[in-house]
Amino acid sequence: MKFLCVACDEVMTFAERQLPGDGTMATLFACPGCDREMALLTNPMETQLVSTMGVKVGGREVPAQPMETVRSGLAEARPEVFEEIPAVRPEPLRVRWTDEAVTRLQSVPSFVRGMVKRIYTDYAREHGIATISPEVMDRARIDLGLEGM
Amino acid sequence: MRRIRTYNEVDHGTGSGLLEQVLEQHERLGARLAQVGAVVAVLSGKGGVGKSFVTAGLASALAASGRSVGVVDADLNGPSMSRMLGCEGARLGDAPDGVVPALGALGVRVMAMDLLQDTPDAPLRWKEPEGGHGALWQSSAETAALREFLGDVAWGELDLLLVDVPPGTDKIGRLLGLVPGLDAAVVVTTPGEVARSVVARSLRMVTEAGVPAVGLVSNMSGFRCPGCDALHPLFPGDAPARLAKRFRVPIWGEFPLDPEAGASMDRGEVDRLLEAGRLPGVHFRALAGALEASLGEARAATQGGAPSVGAPAVGGAP
Repeated sequence: MKFLCVACDEVMTFAERQLPGDGTMATLFACPGCDREMALLTNPMETQLVSTMGVKVGGREVPAQPMETVRSGLAEARPEVFEEIPAVRPEPLRVRWTDEAVTRLQSVPSFVRGMVKRIYTDYAREHGIATISPEVMDRARIDLGLEGM
Repeated sequence: MRRIRTYNEVDHGTGSGLLEQVLEQHERLGARLAQVGAVVAVLSGKGGVGKSFVTAGLASALAASGRSVGVVDADLNGPSMSRMLGCEGARLGDAPDGVVPALGALGVRVMAMDLLQDTPDAPLRWKEPEGGHGALWQSSAETAALREFLGDVAWGELDLLLVDVPPGTDKIGRLLGLVPGLDAAVVVTTPGEVARSVVARSLRMVTEAGVPAVGLVSNMSGFRCPGCDALHPLFPGDAPARLAKRFRVPIWGEFPLDPEAGASMDRGEVDRLLEAGRLPGVHFRALAGALEASLGEARAATQGGAPSVGAPAVGGAP
C-alpha cells in the first residue's frame, strides 16, 4: 500500500502510528514535497488483520519475539508455558537403548563393555539421537572408526 | 482524465516497513528450515483417514532408526501429536534462538497448539477487539501461527521435519505457500470412493506444485481377524491403486485397521508399537524406508537432471 500525493506526484511517507486503545489505529503519512499530511484510520477488523500478519506499521523498534503472534493472540493461553532456557540446553539428552542394541552390546567383552557403551552414548548425544538401535551403532562404528567393537 | 502513476511505477516505498517485515519473516523461516534435511507433509485433504496416526508412527520409526525428527502439528484446531507422541502438557523452553519444542517419544521434537493452551479442551480462539469480525482475519492468524511453528521454533539440526496437515486442500495450499520447497508428501487415503475423490484433489496440488517425492499410504486397508488372522476388507473400493495409477505415484505403505495400535497412540505409547515383532512397527519401518529411499531418489534426480517422480498422468479420471 502506498499513498501518492497527486499534486506533487510524490509518495507520501510514514510519519507516525497511534493506537488509541479501542482496537482502531491512526497512521499518519506526509508528503515530502509539500508537507501535506493525511491520516489512514483503520477499524478494529482492519487493524487486527494487519496485526495477525505479524507486522507493525512503521516498522519495529525491537525485533519480533519468537512466536509473537501466538503468544500475544491466543485467547486461552496457558500461563507459564515457557520456561527460560539458556542458549545451550544444560541437561544432556536422555538416550534410550533398544532391546536389539542391548543384545548386541552384550556380545562385547565385559571388561570393555562400559567404555563401549559410553562411546555409543556420547556419539548419540553429540548427534541429537535419542535412541540407540543397531543401525545407530553401525553408523557410529563407521564414523568413529570403531570396527571390531 | 489525469493519469495517476500505478503502484509499480512508484519505485520507492512509504517507509511503513510492512513489505520489509514480511520478507524478513520469510527469510527467518528459510534460515530455520535450512537446518532441516527434509520437510515432509503428511496430508490427505480428507478427514478421519488416519493422518495423525501415520505421522506419529512414521516419526517414531524414523527416530528409532537414528534419525533426528521434529513434528509440527499443523492441525491448530484439533491437535493430537503431543498426546500420541507422549508429551501432552509438556512445557516449552524460551531460548534466545527460539522456542524449544517439547520432547516426545524416542526424542521426537514436537510443536503443537494444545501445548500453548490452558486446558485440554480449549477451542482455538484469538483475542479480538469488539466488533472484530473474526471470520475475516482468523485465517491470517492461523497462517501466522503455522509460520511461527515452523520458523520460530529452535528445532536444531533435523534430518526430517514432519508436518501433520489437517483436512482441507486449502491447508495444503497454506503449507505450500510457506514452504514452497516442500521435499516430500505422504498422502494418506482409505480405500473408499469418497476418500479417493478428495485425495485426488490433494494429489493434484502436491504434484502440480512439483513436490519431488510423493507417495500414498493406504490406511484402514482391511481388518485382520484376531481369531483366524485373515484380512477382511473394511471399505469397498480400490482408491489407493487408482490414485497411484492416475498420478503415477508409488504406494509406500498399507495399514490394516489395528484397534490395539490406536489404543497405544491414545496412551502416548507410540514407541511400543515399534517393539520387535509387532506388526504396526513393521509397517511403519517399511514406510520410513520407502520415504527415505524416495527422498534419496528425488535428490539424485534433481542433481542428475532426470525427471522427478509424481508427475500426473495425462487424461485420467481424477
